[in-house]
Amino acid sequence: MNRFARMWDSDIAWSFRHSPVAIVATVVALIIILAAVLAPWIAPYNPFDSRSLNLMDGFTPPNVPNQFTGNTYLMGTDNQGRDIFSTILYGARISLFVGFAAVVFAMVLGIGLGLLAGWRGGWVDSLLMRIADVQLSFPSILIALLIFGVARGFIPPSMREEVAIWVLIVSIGLSDWVQYARVVRGAAMVEKSKEYVQAARVIGVHPARIVLRHILPNVMGPVLVIATIGLALAIIAEATLSFLGVGVPPTQPSLGTLIRIGQQYLFSGEWWILLFPSIALLLLALSVNLLGDWLRDALNPRLR
Amino acid sequence: MLAYIIRRIAQSVLVMLVVALVSFALFRFVGDPINSMVGQEATIADRELLRDQLGLNDPFLSQFATFVVRAAQGNFGISYRLQQPVMELILSRLPATLELALVSGILAFVFGVGFGVYTALRRNGWLSNTIMTVSLIGVSLPTFLIGVLLIWIFAVELQWLPSFGRGDVVNVGGWPTGLLTPSGRASLVLPAITLGLYQMTLIMRLVRAEMLEVLRTDYIKFARARGLSNRAVNFGHALKNTMVPVITITGLQLGSIIAFAIITETVFQWPGVGALFINSVRFVDVPVMAAYLMLIALVFVIINLIVDLLYYAVDPRLRVDRAATRH
Repeated sequence: MNRFARMWDSDIAWSFRHSPVAIVATVVALIIILAAVLAPWIAPYNPFDSRSLNLMDGFTPPNVPNQFTGNTYLMGTDNQGRDIFSTILYGARISLFVGFAAVVFAMVLGIGLGLLAGWRGGWVDSLLMRIADVQLSFPSILIALLIFGVARGFIPPSMREEVAIWVLIVSIGLSDWVQYARVVRGAAMVEKSKEYVQAARVIGVHPARIVLRHILPNVMGPVLVIATIGLALAIIAEATLSFLGVGVPPTQPSLGTLIRIGQQYLFSGEWWILLFPSIALLLLALSVNLLGDWLRDALNPRLR
Repeated sequence: MLAYIIRRIAQSVLVMLVVALVSFALFRFVGDPINSMVGQEATIADRELLRDQLGLNDPFLSQFATFVVRAAQGNFGISYRLQQPVMELILSRLPATLELALVSGILAFVFGVGFGVYTALRRNGWLSNTIMTVSLIGVSLPTFLIGVLLIWIFAVELQWLPSFGRGDVVNVGGWPTGLLTPSGRASLVLPAITLGLYQMTLIMRLVRAEMLEVLRTDYIKFARARGLSNRAVNFGHALKNTMVPVITITGLQLGSIIAFAIITETVFQWPGVGALFINSVRFVDVPVMAAYLMLIALVFVIINLIVDLLYYAVDPRLRVDRAATRH
């Protein structure tokens, strides 16, 4: 049996094939991710190239020819004549980049500290878990906001714009590492006392090797679930901070920034500037969320 | 018992000290306070004199101690941006935030419990399914998007409700309230729904899950066998037993409501503490940031402390657990 057939026959693939919600969510998420990654090639216009912008094109409603230039845009244009569809593609790119980077950061940090706490035990464990307890009692969006605010204070004003995106990634990542650390710690403590680990210890395998090659693969299941749901949360956190005007700099608009811009034109009747970025964000967050829910149920042995 | 309380309080104090250290570091290392106080023509000797007078040359620890003492007295200095004492600013905006948080908390609790009970009792009704689906979208939708969409529907298209500000307020014993004027109440509706929606879905899902669990137990079957009315079984027996975890979670969510108020206040330009904080982050107004940091930490620490102590008092199993598995 080749590798693909084995995968197709596995429990998880079976559960996937029998869950319409998971299939639809995957398709939607993949379309958005592909569109975002391929934005420079599929976007009809480059919204960051000021030469291609024509102010006369500003406020063109969706799919209606502009009254001055006659140009038609699928989702209309904003105040500066930027094609909304293109800005969404580029915005989703930034949202997804921040989301993925924040999840990877939180995951590496959480897994590392979780393994350390679970393997070492003792005061290292108590200290880390106390910190985790305290952090868990605050909502993560508040933690991200506070870390972002504090970090911004420490960065010299001239550098704030260019490093903003990295500060954002670190803030969102730091606000979410606890989830991983707790799960990994618990699993590592269980695995630690199992016979295969004791056997490895007896034959003199280096502890770092036991942790990374033997324990880590066995705790990856739940980590994957947390990471998927964490991606949805990170995307929402980024959008929220950008909407509040403290996230990505205005020169790199993410979906949250676009929604903030759209809100300003709501009262003058240009609803499309708000509506399309909102739908994009909703579809992205909802599909990743549903995927995470399905994965959690599929990997949960009690629900099989 | 006493040892646990002391340990728990010591932990809270430690958390506050760490937060104070972060706030203090903000003051100490963001920009040079002397530069923002003296003019261009001040000589280096003048600057050094002022530095000495302000105690900026003191050892780190004694400066930190001074900071903690002043913070405990509510003295956070003067806002860089608004040129007013920070504590005055925060106190003048606190009523708006508390009023909003209180109203949306009550909304979330009442509707959350109501919908939760309904969806648990009518598991497969079309209305239950609709409520559950909508709640899933409600959880996935970011708070700010809910606010913006509500503004669009109810303020822009239908023009039923105002979209920003607090409306008229009247002063009741030094507390400016918007609850007593028609425009104040109208202004409160959309922000309260925005802020309460997420908590409502959370409470609803919790109540539903707990109710389903309890309805399966033997004593409910027995109560039905005794011929008690549905009403007595559902509300007198089932709901009553689901309320302990629900009330705990709701209590813990109070802090979240205050945190999410930052977002809601920004969307609706609500003149509360959260909007003040966002602006202080945007303009790096350190005194306001530091004060808010301490204030929000204090709120959370107190809520968690109360919930933990109540739990400890209510649930005797915890006492045994803690002694046995001290982790």
